[in-house]
Amino acid sequence: MAEEAPRPAAAGAREDWRPSATIQALRARAEILRRIRAFLEGRGLWEVETPVLSAATATDPALESLETRCRAPGAPPRLYLQTSPEHAMKRLLAAGSGSIYQIARAFRDGEAGRLHNPEFTILEWYRVGFDELALMDEVEALVRAALAEFRELPERPFRRVAWKAAFEEAVGLDPAAVPAAELARVARARGLEPSPALEGDRAALEDWLLDAVVVPALACGGPFFLHDWPAERAALARLRPGNPPVAARFELFVDGIELANGYHELADPGEQRLRMERDRARRRRAGGACPPADGRLLAALEAGLPDCAGVALGVDRLVMVALGARSLAEVLAFPVDRA
Amino acid sequence: MPSYSTNEFRGGLKVILDGEPYVIIENEFVKPGKGQAFNRVKLRNLRSGRVIDKTFKSGETVEAADVVERPMQYLYSDGEQWHFMDPETYEQYAADANAVGEAAKWLKEQDVCNVTLWNDAPLLVSPPNFVVLRVVETDPGVRGDTAQGGSKPAKLETGAVVRVPLFVEEGELIKVDTRTGEYVSRVKE
Repeated sequence: MAEEAPRPAAAGAREDWRPSATIQALRARAEILRRIRAFLEGRGLWEVETPVLSAATATDPALESLETRCRAPGAPPRLYLQTSPEHAMKRLLAAGSGSIYQIARAFRDGEAGRLHNPEFTILEWYRVGFDELALMDEVEALVRAALAEFRELPERPFRRVAWKAAFEEAVGLDPAAVPAAELARVARARGLEPSPALEGDRAALEDWLLDAVVVPALACGGPFFLHDWPAERAALARLRPGNPPVAARFELFVDGIELANGYHELADPGEQRLRMERDRARRRRAGGACPPADGRLLAALEAGLPDCAGVALGVDRLVMVALGARSLAEVLAFPVDRA
Repeated sequence: MPSYSTNEFRGGLKVILDGEPYVIIENEFVKPGKGQAFNRVKLRNLRSGRVIDKTFKSGETVEAADVVERPMQYLYSDGEQWHFMDPETYEQYAADANAVGEAAKWLKEQDVCNVTLWNDAPLLVSPPNFVVLRVVETDPGVRGDTAQGGSKPAKLETGAVVRVPLFVEEGELIKVDTRTGEYVSRVKE
C-alpha cells in the first residue's frame, strides 16, 4: 500500500490519526474479549502471560518472524517477536500448569491484506487430557458464546469434514492421487490461472485450490471444521497411524474465513526435533532466514508434555465475523498502515 | 528490465504477462495460516480488454510494462494507419487498425485523443468523450414532430451512423457522446 504523505494543514488536516474501525466496532471487540475470558474461566482454564520477545521462534517455513535487538544484560542480542505463544505455553504445560489460555499479540512479517495484519491478536488455549476431537467441541462452544446476538449461526453442530473428503466433494479428486498438472487443470476449468511458478509447486497448488475453490464451496453450508490433514501438513500436530497416517489437526472456517487451527499436540521430542530440522533445511534451500531450533521447547518435551490438545484462534477475524466486516481494518483500531 | 514484486502490486500497475500488456484491477493477498502466501490478481488486457484472474506466489516478480497515456492530436489516416502528434514534443506516432479499433469512426482531423503508448508505440486510442461532426446523409426532417421523440439514422462525416432527432438535417453539426454513441445536441456554426 502506498504511503500517504502528510498533507499540509492548508489542504485540510491529515485524517490518518483516526482509527480505521468505528468506536462501535471497538466496543464489540471489547465485549467479545470479555466473553472469551468468561467462557474459558468458566471451564476451569486460567490465563497466563508469556514473553512476546523470545530467543527462538517458529521454524515453520510458512511463517516469517520479525526480529529486534536488545541491549539488556543477560538478554540475547537478537530477539524474535513471537508468531504465536505456542512454544512458551507448552513449556508451562510441561512445568505442570494444567489447562491454560492466553490472549496475546503475535507478529508475522510479510503479511498484510484484507485478512492479514503483521501484528494481530491471538487466543491460544490448551486442554490437558483432550484430543483434537474433544477440543473441536469446545472451540465450537466458544465461538457460539462469542458470536451470540452479534450474528446468526445454524443450530445444528458445525460440519466436520476430513481434508481429503473436502477436496473430493468440491473438486472431485484426492490431490494426493493425481499429478500436479491435474490440479492446475482443475483450477483452469474454474477460470483460475496459476503463474508458472505456482503451477510448478504442488504444495502451493493444493493451498491455492483449498483457498480458492474448496473452502468457498464448503462455506455455503455454514461454519465447518476441516480435520485429518495430510501428514506433511501436520505442523505441530501428532500423527494418527493409518494408511496413510493423517495429522491430528483441525481448522475452523466461518464465512469461508480461517478462524482457528488446533492440534492433538505432538509430545515426542525426537519427532519434534526432526520436524524443526526439516523446516530449517527447507529454509536453507530457499535461501531465507533460518532461525535456530527452540532448544527450550525441546527440553520441555524431553521433561514431558502432558497429553493435550491446543488451538489458536484469530481474535481480530472473530470480531470481523461477528460484525460481518469485509476486512480487518474495520475491526482494528490502527492497522499497520496507520499504526 | 524493470519489474514489480508481488508486494508492490496495486490497482493501476501495468505489467507484461505472456508478452501482453495488462493493468492490475484488483490485488488480494491470500495466506493460509500454515501454508504459502499468494496474490490473487484481476488484470485487464490493455489490447483486448479481456479480464483475467491470475494467482502468483508471493515474492514472484513480474515484468513492468512501459505504458503511458498521452493526449495527442489526430492528423490524418492514410487508409492503413492513423497518424497522431504529441502537441508538446511534435513527435508523430502511427497507430494501426488494432490500436484504433472502434475509435476510428469518431476521429476527425485536429481532434485531441488519448493515446496509450506501450514501448513508445500506440496500443490504444480513446476518442474524446464528445465530438462535433457534420451530418452528411439523413432523410429529410419532418417539422413539428419533436414531441414524439422520433429518431432516424444519420451518417456523419467520419462514417459513423448515429440516431438523431427528426429535425436534424443534412449539413448540420451535431455533438455525439462517443462512450455511448448517442446524439447529444445540435451545434451552431
